[in-house]
Amino acid sequence: MQSLGIDVLFKGSNFLRLLGGLWTAVRISLISVAISIVLGILAGMLMTSRSTFVKALLRVYLEIVRIMPQMVLLFIVYFGTTRVFGWNLEAETAAIIVFTFWGTAEMGDLVRGALISIPRIQYESAAALGMSETAAFRYVILPQTVRRLIPLSINLITRMIKTTSLVMMIGIVEVLKVGQQIIEANRKTSPNAAFGVFAVVFLMYFLICWPVSRLAAWLEKRWA
Amino acid sequence: MKKIRKNTVIAVLTALGLGTALVSPVFADENFRTLDEIKESGTVNIGVFSDKSPFGYVDENGEYQGYDVYLAERLGEDLGVEINYVSTEAANRIEYLQTGKVDIILANFTVTPERAEEVDFALPYMNVALGVVSPEDAVIESLDDIGEDDQVIVISGTTAETYLVKNNPEIKLQKYDAYAEAKTAFENGNGVAWANDNTEVIAFSIENEGYVVGIPSLGSADTIAPAVTKGNETLLNWLNDEIVSLGEENFFHADYEATLLDTYGADYEDTLVIEGGAVSGSETEAE
Repeated sequence: MQSLGIDVLFKGSNFLRLLGGLWTAVRISLISVAISIVLGILAGMLMTSRSTFVKALLRVYLEIVRIMPQMVLLFIVYFGTTRVFGWNLEAETAAIIVFTFWGTAEMGDLVRGALISIPRIQYESAAALGMSETAAFRYVILPQTVRRLIPLSINLITRMIKTTSLVMMIGIVEVLKVGQQIIEANRKTSPNAAFGVFAVVFLMYFLICWPVSRLAAWLEKRWA
Repeated sequence: MKKIRKNTVIAVLTALGLGTALVSPVFADENFRTLDEIKESGTVNIGVFSDKSPFGYVDENGEYQGYDVYLAERLGEDLGVEINYVSTEAANRIEYLQTGKVDIILANFTVTPERAEEVDFALPYMNVALGVVSPEDAVIESLDDIGEDDQVIVISGTTAETYLVKNNPEIKLQKYDAYAEAKTAFENGNGVAWANDNTEVIAFSIENEGYVVGIPSLGSADTIAPAVTKGNETLLNWLNDEIVSLGEENFFHADYEATLLDTYGADYEDTLVIEGGAVSGSETEAE
């Protein structure tokens, strides 16, 4: 089996190290996703605000997130804040800030899209039934919005999970980095290890992302 | 009421977002830890590669190993502190030092004038130069051995390409984008020789039968050295003294034998190792 290079995974604690790396990646993405969903809903509501000032501000925020590569954001938050303010953020905190900053903007835009896709008549009917603006939002608009949001946000969430591989640039050793370490440490004894190790890393990402997308499908069905 | 709440949220969001990007840099005062501060804290932060075997890598038990790490272990011992290894990439080594997030970088860091403006290099502990490998039945021992119609294989974007284009424009080059392509082309006899970093060609000649490194060091001899944050004099001086005194016990030869011997063989020990920070470089001192 040397040709596939799976064997290197069973040397020493290699497999455990890989799982440890996976946990790091999952931990960072799950925390960021959770905060992003809450802040994103808030941001999305503000994006539909009638105030042009509010809208312009959020527009700028969204564009910054879209234009800036996540790698640059990681460098700004991890190294930049030390240079400018002298803060010494933990690498993982910096990663969560960046991923939340990104997730909130994109989530916000998804929420905005879902909100404006709710026909005007829904608001008007709710008002005609004597519901207050808050009640209409809570009982009529929000449930419909959430349903429309699910497939869209799953895209974002799985993308966030996969993009955590960038955090190796600020010294966090996550699953892909552990994979590279294992491949490189065995370069001489099993030169083809790259194939086996990356295949396993692929499988691990799949095992994390797949349940998320199953859960979404189930929720969509249940709430339909 | 509602508006005020919204504005507060916006303020928080923008502060989070734009704050870091827009505030103009205030100069940071002390962005490094002095020798005494490191000793007091009981831990030294050392940036090493974690996936560049045999210089810095992680073995199957999760332990850092390699030529750079062997030195790091000794530095930790002599400082009397624990070592916190930070996994660095080629692209963030300078950033780590400038923000003081690591105290020392020991990551196969080649000394260049550009880098020396950004960080302070201590005395070197390894040589790097270019090397030329050729088949053993037609060894190229000097660039003059290369005929008019002969082609030399290089990888695009490497120092070997830059050097040959600049200093020997008469030599015909055959350029490849990736290591694997260049290797295949060379093995198929598409060129009379292959020029690359000498560590690369030496490793190639040892792994593959029938090839010799006819020119083990070509061009300006560069060196690998530890680096510290610019201005961190106490640590820099300590490192320099340490490297000199380690030279007295032939520490770097022992390091080579423990970590690099398998890859580069005994023949190149003196070509690659710098002992006690003294660059010997008999043939190729930089002009």
